[in-house]
Amino acid sequence: MTARTRRRALVLVAPAVATILVVSACAKNSGDNKAQPVPTLTGACAQFQPFAGHAGTTVKMFASIISPESDSLQKSWKEFEDCTGIKISYEGSNDFESQLGVRVNGGNAPDLAIIPQPGLLQKMVSTGKVAKPSQATVSNAERYWNATWKAYGTVNGTFYAAPMSANMKSLVWYSPKAFTTAGYKVPTSWTEMMALSDTIAGTGKKPWCGGIASGTATGWPATDWLEQVVLRTGGGDVYDKWISHDIKFNSPEILRAMQQVQSWMLNPRYVNGGFGDVRSIATTTFQDAGKPILTGQCWMLQQASFYGAQWPKGTKIAEDGDVFAFYLPQIDASIKTPVVGGGEFVTAFANRPEVQAVQTYLTTPEWHTSRIKAATGWVSANQAADKSAYTDPIDKLSARYLTDPDTTFRFDASDLMPPAVGAGQEWKSMTAWFAEGKTVEQIAKDIDGQWPA
Amino acid sequence: MTAGTVTAEQARARPALPAAKAVRRSFSSPIASLIVIVMAVLWTIPTFGLFVTSVRPAREVATTGWWTIFTNPHVTLSNYETVLFQSSFGSSAGLMPYLVNSLAITIPATIIPLTLAAMAAYALAWVRFKGSDTIFFIIFALQVVPLQLALIPLQQLFNEQLARVGIDLQGTYVPVWTAHTMFALPIAVFLLHNFIAQLPRDVMEAAMVDGANHFKTFRSIVLPLSTPALASFTIFQFLWVWNDLLVGLTFTGGTPDVAPLTVRLAQLGGSFGRSWELLTAGAFVSIVVPLAVFFSLQRYFVRGLLAGSVKG
Amino acid sequence: MSGTTAVLADSVWSDAALKFQNTLVVVAAFLGIVLLVFFAAGRATGRIARPLTIAVFLGPALVLLLFGLVIPALGTINLSFRNDDSTRYVGNRNYIWAFTSDPIRQVLTNTLLWIIIAPVVTTVLGLAMALLVDRMKRQSFYKSLIFMPMAVSFVGASFIWRFVYEARDPNQPQVGLLSQVVIALGWKHPPNWILEQPLNNFLLMVIMIWVQTGFAMVVLSAAIKAVPDEITEAARIDGAQGPRLLFYVTIPMIRNTLIVVLTTVMITTLKVFDIVRTMTGGNFGTQILANEMYSQKFVQFDAGRGSTLAVILFVAVLPLVIYNIIQLRKERATR
Repeated sequence: MTARTRRRALVLVAPAVATILVVSACAKNSGDNKAQPVPTLTGACAQFQPFAGHAGTTVKMFASIISPESDSLQKSWKEFEDCTGIKISYEGSNDFESQLGVRVNGGNAPDLAIIPQPGLLQKMVSTGKVAKPSQATVSNAERYWNATWKAYGTVNGTFYAAPMSANMKSLVWYSPKAFTTAGYKVPTSWTEMMALSDTIAGTGKKPWCGGIASGTATGWPATDWLEQVVLRTGGGDVYDKWISHDIKFNSPEILRAMQQVQSWMLNPRYVNGGFGDVRSIATTTFQDAGKPILTGQCWMLQQASFYGAQWPKGTKIAEDGDVFAFYLPQIDASIKTPVVGGGEFVTAFANRPEVQAVQTYLTTPEWHTSRIKAATGWVSANQAADKSAYTDPIDKLSARYLTDPDTTFRFDASDLMPPAVGAGQEWKSMTAWFAEGKTVEQIAKDIDGQWPA
Repeated sequence: MTAGTVTAEQARARPALPAAKAVRRSFSSPIASLIVIVMAVLWTIPTFGLFVTSVRPAREVATTGWWTIFTNPHVTLSNYETVLFQSSFGSSAGLMPYLVNSLAITIPATIIPLTLAAMAAYALAWVRFKGSDTIFFIIFALQVVPLQLALIPLQQLFNEQLARVGIDLQGTYVPVWTAHTMFALPIAVFLLHNFIAQLPRDVMEAAMVDGANHFKTFRSIVLPLSTPALASFTIFQFLWVWNDLLVGLTFTGGTPDVAPLTVRLAQLGGSFGRSWELLTAGAFVSIVVPLAVFFSLQRYFVRGLLAGSVKG
Repeated sequence: MSGTTAVLADSVWSDAALKFQNTLVVVAAFLGIVLLVFFAAGRATGRIARPLTIAVFLGPALVLLLFGLVIPALGTINLSFRNDDSTRYVGNRNYIWAFTSDPIRQVLTNTLLWIIIAPVVTTVLGLAMALLVDRMKRQSFYKSLIFMPMAVSFVGASFIWRFVYEARDPNQPQVGLLSQVVIALGWKHPPNWILEQPLNNFLLMVIMIWVQTGFAMVVLSAAIKAVPDEITEAARIDGAQGPRLLFYVTIPMIRNTLIVVLTTVMITTLKVFDIVRTMTGGNFGTQILANEMYSQKFVQFDAGRGSTLAVILFVAVLPLVIYNIIQLRKERATR
């Protein structure tokens, strides 16, 4: 029996070892085909000539964008891949923020990462693993974006990452049909908006709905509400100092703003239409929050342009449709059209030529137009992107505000704060504010306490 | 298999039945049966709700509870079709490639630690040497190390240290197999040691007297006699690896080439927000395989994992 | 478009076949190499035979454990004395933070509740089921039902339990089973379960207990079946019945198994972070150590604080580990 086992063992081992050797030999083969002459691309592919010469290479991309939005992304660079022969291997994860850190520190960084938070970009730059972009990328970023945007991709004076998509957060979703039927007008000032809220509350309905649950990122929509009010009451200057912690949460400016949020989204007369009391905001997912607008259980939801993707199939999004959005009005008329927005930054962790080619391609107006055409619900702040390509009215509205030079545009503050606050304590404390009814002073103190020294 | 092993195995199994009966009899009452049935129903309801939700149409899932299916029976298989096959569902072929990956990850990540742990457990139990106690206690204590701590150091090992000597493992299953093996070893060595150490001493000594060395004893006596423990551990390790998210996410890098089902499911949870009907269908698909494994290995449970640690 | 799908489907199958083939080759190669090493090492004689035997049997496991767990654990202890990006030593500052900051104190209290309640309830329920199920017809059917949650990933379990705990406004149709049941029982305004402190902590523990009871039951059931017949018979002749037989004979007989089950479930409980992470994200006063550690380390990038919490986590189970070692020591000594 033993002898038989031994013979069997040898029979098994020989091919297995051989296979391992062959497999590892094959694995090493790819990537050695350099030094070929740059081919000339013709026909429809001619537009990709600047990116030619890297056929057969693969660029690994990692991002937080997942299906179905990621399908549209992949569609938007399909032609680029086909013409240049560069394969973009895309991976989306809803654990992107934590996974990126693990992988970069573990030496397994992706070639390109699409980072939605400038604060996280700073952290990544501090690891020393971020590659500087090519000159072509830098000059495109200068040419096609305004200086504010380029600054968000800059760390300690060095430009690292060009913006990709943008979103407009200063919107209020409502139902034009229901407004018309009830005879309500879209408010153009904060006072009007509060008066309308009181009118609706007087009819026994709840004017506002909201939801801040978002898995491990629960709380982020509430930080947006506070940012809207801070920018509308304090202006860009206070807002910037708040981000750099020169103005603390526990300062008169921010406390006042928090009280204003308290009288709005934490007002038991105003919220939470269709779900329950104020506390239910903490357990309602942000995706679900606006649904009662369709059934008349609530009237308004403050949420970003990308919320358009959450409406059920068949909902007509238009100025005279089932739902639409109006600009969240000003509070202080001396602050010119305050707009809070967000965006993503294409960051490279490798400087191989094909990686740089993809990074540069993603800054071109051609790609931005291609992505706009691929599917709705996506807005670019690239000034040269073809604005006539937008088909969705919300996208058009957002693009107008995002590329208008006369707005007071600021990036989402929590995305700029250090992650310990912007992706940690601020989310938690804001959630506790809704769920546990803590005072604004207590919330402010908790957040300040976690600001890294 | 020799006649000796069969006898030893039977010898272990035989006294179990009458003893169990004795305990059984002394507890016999219809109330006890009722308690078991109630408990089994309670334990099954949540999973049953998941199953029911997965066959309901999307609109009804969002607005009514799953139990309304009994008064309003609308059933559809389209959720499963979408999840398993539809090409627009994120990746080009639905969940299929991930299902394959899960198997390709789980099978070696079960067999390799099982083998290595059985070897180590045998050495610690029967090849006693100076320091073997200490090693055993250290291995046992390593159970408390949370695997999250090892994520970055192990990534550095695979991507930097090994790459420096020319071994490139990126895009293969090797890192994820190795990581699962490492994390499974403490509990595996501990549990298998409990069993292997209790094997009858006379059988082992007889083998040695016959001139078998440790390698032969291990292969021809210890392994066959330990089948119940090995089967039980196989089930637990299989379930653990199959259901793992963190190790898979970190060491496979979520692409359809190597990522397991759980990584994909977690992505669906995020991107669809509230497409419950699809999420539940996906979750149910992921339960089916481990259940099949459990049912096929279940009979070994009758004698079970820790039978060896019972002391007379 | 449909043409593309068909082509993809083909490639999916061939891809799957290739992956399975590679996997089987690797498993075969692994087992082959093990046998080959056994064969080679088995031929060794003389003074090197014994050390070689020990090295072959123990070596691979020890090397993997060294790289996989020992070195990372030592590294973590080092990092816990360093600042957030590990660039300088800060003494015991992180430890002072962990024991004085209010949120972390709540985390520690919650964790303590978890590691006491979840393992004890799991073990008691598992033991009860093991005893009761033993006498029933079709016991493997009931065992399988109770074991089934073990087959559900924690990600899947969190989907499942959201259908139980989901709360809607009482005047609307309910989607969550728990709310529906208590409304049917006459409680007109059930709370939003996940928000109710400290109830929500226990509701989350229920998930853990639901998953782990099957494990406890299966293991304990095997132990009960292995109790030698003569002992129970002797006790019965002495007049032991029902509970007396249970507490004075069966439980002492399976004491070691009970301790092992309790320890295993406790260590699992301490390390599990998925349940809290997916159900509440640690909000509403439900945070536990393992999840706080994960978010400090990987979301907020504070390696110092994250590592400190991890060290507290090891130390928390240390008494249990030492107790087990003492037990094992006795057992190994008497063998």
